[in-house]
Amino acid sequence: MQQNSDKTYSELSRDAIGDEDLHAAIRMVQNGMGKGAQAMWRDEITPEHRRLAKEARLRTLNNLDAVLATLAEKIRARGGHVYFAATAEDARNYCLEVARKNNVRLAVKGKSMTSAEIGMDPLLEENGVEVVETDLGEYIIQLAGEAPSHIIAPCIHMNRKRIGKLFQEKLGIPYSEDPPTLTRAARKALREKLLGADMGISGCNIACAETGHVCLVSNEGNIRMCTTMPKVHVALMGMERVTATLAEHDMLLRLLTRGASAQKVSTYVSFMGGPRQPGETDGPEEFHLVIIDNGRMKMLADPRFREVLSCIRCGGCLNICPVYGRIGGHAYNGTYCGPIGAVLMPLLEGVNKHADLCRGESLCGACKDICPVHNDLPRMLSELRYMLAYGDEKWGVEPVDGAEACAFKAWGAAMSSRTAYDLLVKAGRIVQVPFVKNGVLGKGVGPLAKWTASRDFPPIAKKTFAERWKTDHAKRLNGADNE
Amino acid sequence: MTQPNVTLFIQCLVDSLLPETGDAMVSVLERLGVRMHYPPDQTCCGQPAFNSGYRNEAAKTARRFLDIFENSEAIVCPSGSCVHMVRHHYLELFRDDPVLLDRACRVGAKTFEFTEYLVDVLGVTDPGTQLGSRYDGTVTYHDSCHLSRGLGIRRQPRLLLENVPGLTLVEMDDSDRCCGFGGTFSVKYPEISTALADDKVQTILATGAGAVVGCDVSCLMNIKGRLSRLGSHVRALHIAEILAGEGK
Ligand code: SF4
Repeated sequence: MQQNSDKTYSELSRDAIGDEDLHAAIRMVQNGMGKGAQAMWRDEITPEHRRLAKEARLRTLNNLDAVLATLAEKIRARGGHVYFAATAEDARNYCLEVARKNNVRLAVKGKSMTSAEIGMDPLLEENGVEVVETDLGEYIIQLAGEAPSHIIAPCIHMNRKRIGKLFQEKLGIPYSEDPPTLTRAARKALREKLLGADMGISGCNIACAETGHVCLVSNEGNIRMCTTMPKVHVALMGMERVTATLAEHDMLLRLLTRGASAQKVSTYVSFMGGPRQPGETDGPEEFHLVIIDNGRMKMLADPRFREVLSCIRCGGCLNICPVYGRIGGHAYNGTYCGPIGAVLMPLLEGVNKHADLCRGESLCGACKDICPVHNDLPRMLSELRYMLAYGDEKWGVEPVDGAEACAFKAWGAAMSSRTAYDLLVKAGRIVQVPFVKNGVLGKGVGPLAKWTASRDFPPIAKKTFAERWKTDHAKRLNGADNE
Repeated sequence: MTQPNVTLFIQCLVDSLLPETGDAMVSVLERLGVRMHYPPDQTCCGQPAFNSGYRNEAAKTARRFLDIFENSEAIVCPSGSCVHMVRHHYLELFRDDPVLLDRACRVGAKTFEFTEYLVDVLGVTDPGTQLGSRYDGTVTYHDSCHLSRGLGIRRQPRLLLENVPGLTLVEMDDSDRCCGFGGTFSVKYPEISTALADDKVQTILATGAGAVVGCDVSCLMNIKGRLSRLGSHVRALHIAEILAGEGK
C-alpha cells in the first residue's frame, strides 16, 4: 500500500538511519541476495546473456501494442477476459465491478505491487470486500498496518520479536519468536481465508504473448492457492510485463529469480492462461487479466525513459544500493522503493512530487551493474535532475530550487574564466579564516554547514596548484620546454 | 621512444583544496621523463553542475574544456570521476550537436586517469625501480564509483600499490561500495551521506591499515573528513602521494 507519510525523504531517512535493527536486517539481505546475485553474474550468467535479455526486452517494448494484442487474443480464446486500463482509476473500478458481479465478500491476494500502485484495496474495502494478503511477508505488514519496504521481501524491516508481538496481538497466539511456530500460525489463519475467499487477486511477474499466459514466481506456494481456489481470479499487470516469445520468457525468468534472491529457480512457478477448461479439476471459473497503463505509455514514448520499462522488478538494485541499505524502503514514501523506485515513482506520480527521490541518490552506479537487464538507472536519475533544474513541459515539471539554480549560475560564471575563478578562491581564503582550526574547517561554515556538521573539510590551500605550477614546477622543469 | 607529452588536467578540487596531490602527480611524471604542459586557464570539467541537473551550465564549462585541451597529445588527471565526466557525460551533453559531439569523442579518447596512464600507456609496473617509490606501512584501497564501475579501472592502482617497496596492501570488505560523497548529494542529504561514509570508515578500520588510498580526491576528502571528525589517525592518501613518496 502506498505510504503517503507527511514526512520528507530526509526526515524519513533520518528516522531509518537511527534504526539499528533495520540496518542489520538490510545488511543481511544485501550480503546474501545482493552479493549472491553478483556472484551469479560473475560465475554462471555471462554479460552477453544479460545483454541479449535486454535486447529482447527492448524489442518487445518497441512492438508493445502488437505483443499485448496477441496476449489478449490468446487469453480470450481460452475464455478469459482481458481489460486494458488506461488509468489507475479504470483498473480499480474494473476490479470492483468484477467483485460486485460475483458478490465477493472476501478476496485473497498475492504478489501484486501493481494493486498497491493503483490503490485498489481501499476501494474494495470501502465497498464491503475484505482483502487479505496471502504472501507471508505482505500478510505480516498488512496485520501491522504498514507498507512494504522491499520489492520482493516486503517486511524485511521487521524482526522476529516484532512479528511475535504482532501475532500475539492480532492472531491471539501465545508470544513466540520461533520462525516455524510463527509461520504455522500464519498458515493456519491464511488457510481459513483461502478456503473462504470468493475472489483471488494476483499480480504478474512475466506474461508471454506467444503462449498467452501469465506467470508468477513465489517461494511459499500461497499464490497457487490464491489463484486457483477462489471461483474468480483477477491478475493485474503493468503493460510492460510481457514477453513476445517463450524463449524470451524463459530467459527473463532465469534472470528474475537470480537477480531477486540468487536462486536458480524459485520454489513455485505458476503459469495461468485463463479459467478452468472443460475436463480440468482446478482453476477458477472466471479469469480476468487487467493490463494497466497508468503512465507507462508516456514513458514508452520518451526515448530518455523507455528503458525503465525493461525492469522485471527483481529488486536486485535494492540489494546492492548503499543508500537503500541505510534508509530502507519506507523512506522512499511510495509503492516502489530503492533505485528503481527513485526513477519510477517520479515518472508515475510526478517528478516534482518525488523530487527528493531524483536527487537523493549518490549516482554510484551499483544498481546498473547488478540489474539483470542493465537498466541504466543512474542515467535516468540524471535526466530527471535535468528536468528539475530547468523544468520540462512534456512532463509538467517546474524548476525546483531557485536558490540552487542561482548558485549554479554563479558557479558557471566563476568557472568560465580563470580570473573569476581565482577571485573566488581568494575570497574563500579570506572568508574561511575564522573557521580554520587544526588545519581543517570545523562546524558551521556557510554553505558547508551541512557537510561540516559531521565531517571536517579541507580549507582552501595557501597556494593553488596553478600558482605552484607558475612559481615552482614550470621553472624547475626548464621553463620554456614545459610551458 | 619519443618523450611523451602530457597536458595536466588538474581539476578544481585538487587545484584549490588539495594541490599537494597535483604536486605529487607532477613529481611522478617528472621521474618518468614526461614532458608536461599546464594550460593556466583551466578551471573545472563541469561535473558538479552536470550531476545536479544543470546541464546548460555544465555544457558551457565543457565547451571551454574542449577549447583548452583539444590540441593536447594526452590529457592526464588525478581523478577518476572527472575523467568519467569528460569521457562519458560529455557525450550526453553534446548529443544533439554533431560537431561538439565529435570533438568530445576525440578529447575523451585521449583523456586518462593518472594510474590508467601510468600502467596502460607508459607501462609502469614496478614503481620501486621505475619511480623510486617507497612506503613503509599497511594500506587499504578504496575503489571509487566512477573509476571502478564507470571506467573499469581496478587493476591498475592495485598493481602499482602492490609493487611499492615496503607497502602491504590489505583489501577491505566491499571496497567498491560508495563512500557517500556523490557531489552535492553530500550537502543536500548530509545524514544519508554521512551514514554511507560511516559504513566505509568501518570497513577501513576493520583492516587495521594505517592509511586508505584512492584515486579520487573527492571521495578521499569525504572519507578523510569523517575519519578525522571521529578522531581516527588513519590517513587518507591519493595514490600519487604514495608513488611520489620515498618513505613514510
Ligand atoms: S531496475 Fe533492474 S535490478 Fe532493479 S528491480 Fe528492475 S530489473 Fe531488478
